[in-house]
Amino acid sequence: MNIYLPIAEISVNVFLLLGMGGAVGFLSGLFGVGGGFLMTPLLIFIGVSPAVAVATEANQIVASSVSGVLAHWRRGNVDFRMGGVLLVGGTLGSMFGVWLFTYLRSLGQLDLVITLCYVVFLSTVGGLMFIESSRALFRRRRQGDVKRKLHQHHWMHGLPFKMRFRKSKLYISALLPILIGFIVGVLAAIMGVSGGFIMVPAMIYLLGMPTSVVVGTSLFQIIFVTATVTFLQASHNQTVDALLALILLTGGVIGAQIGTRAGTRLRGEQLRILLALMVLAVCGKLFFDLVVTPDDLYAIGKAAVH
Amino acid sequence: MKLRAVLLSIAVLFLAMPGAAQTPLVADLSEHQIQITTGFVGTDVLLFGTVEPDSNVVVVVRGPEEETTVWRKGRYAGIWVNERRIVFERVPSFYAVRSSAPLGEVASAITRSRHGMGAEYLRLRSAGEDIAEQVLDDFKSALIRNKQREGLFATKGDKITFLGGQLFRTRLHFPANVPTGFYDVEVFMLQDGRVTHAQTTPLIVRKAGLGADIFFFAHNYSAIYGIIAVLLAAVAGVLAAFIFRKN
Repeated sequence: MNIYLPIAEISVNVFLLLGMGGAVGFLSGLFGVGGGFLMTPLLIFIGVSPAVAVATEANQIVASSVSGVLAHWRRGNVDFRMGGVLLVGGTLGSMFGVWLFTYLRSLGQLDLVITLCYVVFLSTVGGLMFIESSRALFRRRRQGDVKRKLHQHHWMHGLPFKMRFRKSKLYISALLPILIGFIVGVLAAIMGVSGGFIMVPAMIYLLGMPTSVVVGTSLFQIIFVTATVTFLQASHNQTVDALLALILLTGGVIGAQIGTRAGTRLRGEQLRILLALMVLAVCGKLFFDLVVTPDDLYAIGKAAVH
Repeated sequence: MKLRAVLLSIAVLFLAMPGAAQTPLVADLSEHQIQITTGFVGTDVLLFGTVEPDSNVVVVVRGPEEETTVWRKGRYAGIWVNERRIVFERVPSFYAVRSSAPLGEVASAITRSRHGMGAEYLRLRSAGEDIAEQVLDDFKSALIRNKQREGLFATKGDKITFLGGQLFRTRLHFPANVPTGFYDVEVFMLQDGRVTHAQTTPLIVRKAGLGADIFFFAHNYSAIYGIIAVLLAAVAGVLAAFIFRKN
């Protein structure tokens, strides 16, 4: 059964979209990741223009992070004060990101920049995750966990505008979370990802936040960042396909529930190695398309020049 | 079928009064409006009509004209990057041509370029300053090639077939990605390589139903559309959390 997507302006099988939403939702439930970094490339592979894919994915992430944050909120795992500070940076970052997006689109280099960003981030994250999880798997076979300090003290603890974050048990400069929020906001705008794969490690290793509040807090700020991105993309570029987003999130919600349940029965390190391999596979495909000589060196520009 | 009945009635009409045809060329479409609904996967429109005996017929379909950018990729540090662009003004967003015999036999080169019979005879002009002839030709043929790949410059399809000596018909295909707007369907009657009569029939392609409403809203009330898109997603998220809550 085909459905004509009004903004993407292509006709796609609705069960394919539901299946994609379900599969990515399953993986995001299984691994506890947003899934935007898998869904956006998939949408591009089936023929949705990168501009629409990125903006629509931001819209879908609003839904998945709302449902995610409610679960964490009930358990009291959200640091609203930290979330608010991250959000200041995130809002600024998403505004800058949408502006950059529009500018690159007018230059005709948007698709290239989106793909390059994906290749760089996916290879870095996938590579690090693979090394870390295979090491963890190796270590676990030999010895128990090594006790770590709560967090290390770096130069960044000397920065001004210090704020106290009770829930995170931190007294640090507000500049650092603002900067992290900003970077994540830019990524959300031009890559259509929640940025969780950048923010979660940054919150743990750079800010030194306790792991228990990291996921809830990052989801909290992602809601508002992706909402801002959705609004700005819709009003500046008219690239948000609400119908596509609704179909994807229907599949995604169901998939995520199954994935979460399956995840409790599997071991962490093996799961992370699987995820790392998948991330590297997506990255490899994108990189291959950039490097291999295209069938036709000429192409028609998608966006009109105004 | 309804179309067959229409054709048949026209045929009967002309057989009944052989010498009475006042206009040498009469043509019409089975539909004058294509509606892109949510389930749209492309559609066929039947074009039919009559001409004088011993004539050839050429049909040219053009979609609304638009500015079109063609990019050429170049390799930088091993990566293929958009390198050079040429902007063509007034390129038909959709183009199809049909003829009762091979175009080269039916019409002279002058006739073909005057009426745009065949994609290679379209007048594609660049807004650009001075571009070398060779470069422009490369970009032009690339534009046609890309449009053909997207199915928007129809390459093949039914030929125009005659039923008897005067009644003709052809089926025009419009793919799922057909651009919206006002189309011109030009029907030419040719005798001895020259156009003796021509008729233009309008065709409207428009979005209809829910998809059309969404598109209209997204483009005319984009800020409100953005807010609604966010709210819809938020509600869906709350709903999902509520349904799947673990007790």
